[in-house]
Amino acid sequence: MRALSLAVFFGLWWGAALIAAKPALLPAPPAVLLFAWRAIRSGAMPRNIAITTLRVAAAFAVSMLAGSSVGYLAGRSRRADTLIDPWLIILLNLPVLVVVVLCYIWIGLNDVAAVLAVALVKVPTVMVTVREGARALDPGFDELALVYRLPWRQRARRIIVPQLAPYLAAAGRSGLSITWKIVLIVELLGRPNGVGFALDELFQTFDVAGILAYGFAFAALMLLVEAVLLRPWESHANAWRR
Amino acid sequence: MRMPGAANAGARYLAAHGIGETSSPAAPAAAQPAGYGVLGVRIDGKSYADAGRRREVLRDVAFAAAAGEILALLAPSGAGKTTILRIVLGLDRDFRGEIRLPQGRLGVMFQEPRLLPWLTVEGNLRLVTGGDPSEIPGLLSQVGLEGTENLHPKALSLGMARRVALVRALLGRPAMLVLDEPFVSLDPRSATELVSLVARAARRGGTLVLLATHDVDQVLGYADRLLVLGGKPARLAADCPTSPALCSPNEAAGRNFKQKLLSRFPFLSAEPAPEAAP
Repeated sequence: MRALSLAVFFGLWWGAALIAAKPALLPAPPAVLLFAWRAIRSGAMPRNIAITTLRVAAAFAVSMLAGSSVGYLAGRSRRADTLIDPWLIILLNLPVLVVVVLCYIWIGLNDVAAVLAVALVKVPTVMVTVREGARALDPGFDELALVYRLPWRQRARRIIVPQLAPYLAAAGRSGLSITWKIVLIVELLGRPNGVGFALDELFQTFDVAGILAYGFAFAALMLLVEAVLLRPWESHANAWRR
Repeated sequence: MRMPGAANAGARYLAAHGIGETSSPAAPAAAQPAGYGVLGVRIDGKSYADAGRRREVLRDVAFAAAAGEILALLAPSGAGKTTILRIVLGLDRDFRGEIRLPQGRLGVMFQEPRLLPWLTVEGNLRLVTGGDPSEIPGLLSQVGLEGTENLHPKALSLGMARRVALVRALLGRPAMLVLDEPFVSLDPRSATELVSLVARAARRGGTLVLLATHDVDQVLGYADRLLVLGGKPARLAADCPTSPALCSPNEAAGRNFKQKLLSRFPFLSAEPAPEAAP
């Protein structure tokens, strides 16, 4: 069914391109594939995709780690939640562009600023999801850990993380899709390489085939990561429920 | 630790019912020298906030116990047995009084099994063994659950899950076993088997057992002492030692003892067992 759905999408696209008959504005799939093939052979596309993937991975790791830790704290302690909540509301409502521009101004046009900007945008949503998970932790299992004097490492691994797993998985899956989109904006605004930078160059020359080729290639890679890494992990984490 | 309340209640109970001296393995706190017992419980008062007011649920509950002793905390549902156990375990610290626990490991069986649903039976048991799983197969076999090691709790009946929880409590030769309504939802035969398992652990390993139940029949026959809670707020109404003769349901002395107990404390008459979820 998925393959059929994709085939229908490409069929409609091809049909629309033929009807429009303006290859500069809406190129047909073969023109996009041709661009992609040439960009792959020249090494530009793999290089740009690799750089962007590294930035996505770094920002994803930072936002998941920071968002999960702070979200867990807020979910477990009412006092911490009261302190953190106003910050959370500010971060949730701050426009992405403001965060990115401020990071570049304050830290400089470098990868640290780029990754930090993406992480700052993503952290609040991870926090909210994990906070809900932490609030839903079963106090009965906390008591079990207490009376059996389980070491904190075992408590975290065997009792807390399995209960948080569905929330971490949800935060991870939604996090990845948002993170890579923000990384492209960050690259477009202030990096000399990566998919976002390449898209900016292609925009300058109105190269729609190139824009589509990069867009589809990177989206396909992210879908692959989700299908190969995130979805199986989520399925594994929830296996006991079935 | 001085336990005047418990001693007086027990002595009053015995005198009032003419049950006389007993020869239980461990005599009551009143007969012991100062400092007796590895467990000391003194709850002067315990109250809960209820609609903006404090509602006192426990007052003057005091008792001590020695290693190897089996204490049955007997009271109707809702009288405060679980609250006492929670205070003893350190899960509720909002009370007036003092608790002294035995040195060593605690084995606990909550009213509901509290098995981690994402771990197998073996995983649940290994969690508390501290790296020594050698006892697991033997104990599982003793409760009739051999071959269930790889099952998840979801695949167990409530009775089976409760037996796994009992095995978890017994692992590692605990210094003290705390059991909250341990035999609810078990058929009489399984309950008898588990009773003897708990009694063996107490006799052989010197494990102190503190067990809460609402059912007199469940504890007659193996408890060394009955701690009866009654009144509002609940107080220790009786702390009476038992003996095999007094407790055997088939012996005249045993039947007499139970009748006297029930006539003195009518609230201990049979009542529906509380529901528990796996």
